[in-house]
Amino acid sequence: MTSIRLRNVSKSFDGDGRAGGAYTALDRLDLDVREGEFFCLLGPTGCGKSTVLHLIAGFDMPSAGSVEVRDHPVAGPGADRGVVFQTELALFPWLTVEENVSFGLRMRGSDAGERAAILDRNLELVGLSKHRRKFPRELSGGMKQRVQIARALANDPDILLMDEPFGALDAQTRRRMQEEVVRIWTEARKTVVFITHDIGEAIWLADRIGVMTRGPAARVKEIVDVKLARPRPAMTPEFAEIYNALSASIHAEAEAMLNE
Amino acid sequence: MNRFFADRRIFYAALALGTWVVWEAIAAASMPIFFPPPEDVARAFWSSLANGTLVEHIAMSYFRILVGWAIGCALAIPLGLLAGRSRIVRMVLEPYIEFFRFIPPIAFITLFLIWFGLGETSKILLIVYTSLFVAFINTLAGAMAVDVEKIRAAQCMGATARQTFAYVVVPATVPHIVTGIRLALGNAFMTVVAAELVAAQSGVGHLIWNSRLFAQTEFVFVGIITLGLMGFAANWALRLITARVAYRYNIKS
Ligand SMILES: Nc1ncnc2c1ncn2[C@@H]1O[C@H](COP(=O)(O)OP(=O)(O)OP(=O)(O)O)[C@@H](O)[C@H]1O
Ligand SMILES: [Mg+2]
Repeated sequence: MTSIRLRNVSKSFDGDGRAGGAYTALDRLDLDVREGEFFCLLGPTGCGKSTVLHLIAGFDMPSAGSVEVRDHPVAGPGADRGVVFQTELALFPWLTVEENVSFGLRMRGSDAGERAAILDRNLELVGLSKHRRKFPRELSGGMKQRVQIARALANDPDILLMDEPFGALDAQTRRRMQEEVVRIWTEARKTVVFITHDIGEAIWLADRIGVMTRGPAARVKEIVDVKLARPRPAMTPEFAEIYNALSASIHAEAEAMLNE
Repeated sequence: MNRFFADRRIFYAALALGTWVVWEAIAAASMPIFFPPPEDVARAFWSSLANGTLVEHIAMSYFRILVGWAIGCALAIPLGLLAGRSRIVRMVLEPYIEFFRFIPPIAFITLFLIWFGLGETSKILLIVYTSLFVAFINTLAGAMAVDVEKIRAAQCMGATARQTFAYVVVPATVPHIVTGIRLALGNAFMTVVAAELVAAQSGVGHLIWNSRLFAQTEFVFVGIITLGLMGFAANWALRLITARVAYRYNIKS
């Protein structure tokens, strides 16, 4: 069953009318994400991955084409689609960890008992129970991203949209976070759209990987099924095979981009 | 820690002593009518404190400052928040801001006297004007600078437009608001003196002006020192009030 469906989606930015300011990021892009799957979007920098995510989240509207979530056109942001942002700017620095995580529940007026239970469960899930009364600025980068994940999950969205959530982390923390995300996804069975430009990360996480062409006028170039058993050890021959194929595909785009 | 306080006390005592010595030296090289020595000023200070006039001046100036400042901030904060988030409000207000930002409150004294008379209204309104302006500009800048990621995060957690304004835009702007009201307080002090110099029967500004007319330079000094102390106290009180939320909002003092 299809969870997210993009058909003929184009997106241009008018660049405030400046000469050379207008830019067509996406041109007649098609994309289907299945219910409950872990989908990774891979592509060279600036190709339009975040733009796709923003359209699904409802932060922005397509210039043409349709964006549907569970057969309903997307009209704006909603609590059914949780977002983990690339930057920590998305956290509320004036709220403690637990206040950040329970923000959505408070906004939607859930009762205090239910709220406490959900809060405890999600803090536990991301291993932040001991830090619940701290403010974001008192946390490390990895901990902040875990707050974002817990915060998104606490609203129990059908779909989790993650835009390079681990881009700023070191290799070890990154690996731990990836393991946590897979664990959370296995437990909660959300549909996940995860943006990255780390090929290894995509193979390690995804059921399917969508590779985008370079911009402007980007599209989804190919979809790669990752049929590896979980948990996935890195660098088995099968892993390496997919890695090399993806690497060649993305390199071709990056090369072409540099030669343009 | 004890050592630190001890050192600090010694430090400030030394600083006070140094100031006094320099003051004495300048006074000795000058004449009391130009530069009265500290003991003359101290005597003047005690006499005006004893007969109650100084307290009355302080009370009147504080009254004008605090009322004008409070009204100014109470108007500026919601207006700034609104303008920061609404293009239309901003477009309407912007030309006026760009025009009035170059007009100091002093330029309006005459006009306000004509419009509102010699009573308290004209002086308080002048302080409202000066406070409002700087508090508004700072609130506006803060509200405009709220990260779009924060707004979007709230939206995809189900917050309505109203909730996003109240629970994201407002708290995100708090540090700017605090800066604004602090600067506004400073402006209010400068303006009150100007207003009281021109037209008042009381207030520290009046004390300064009146003493000058009677060539009582030591009382001019009393007025100036009083103003400094008043500002110091007001700022300290404001800091005490904001200290309650300072850590949460990461406000540096
Ligand atoms: N608001 C905007 N105004 C103008 N151009 C924009 C805007 N947002 C994105 N673009 C352009 O659209 C293209 C795609 O941007 P997008 O942020 O989606 O790339 P990305 O694939 O997420 O890149 P990265 O991997 O570096 O994050 C870029 O060329 C960018 O310059
Ligand atoms: Mg991006």
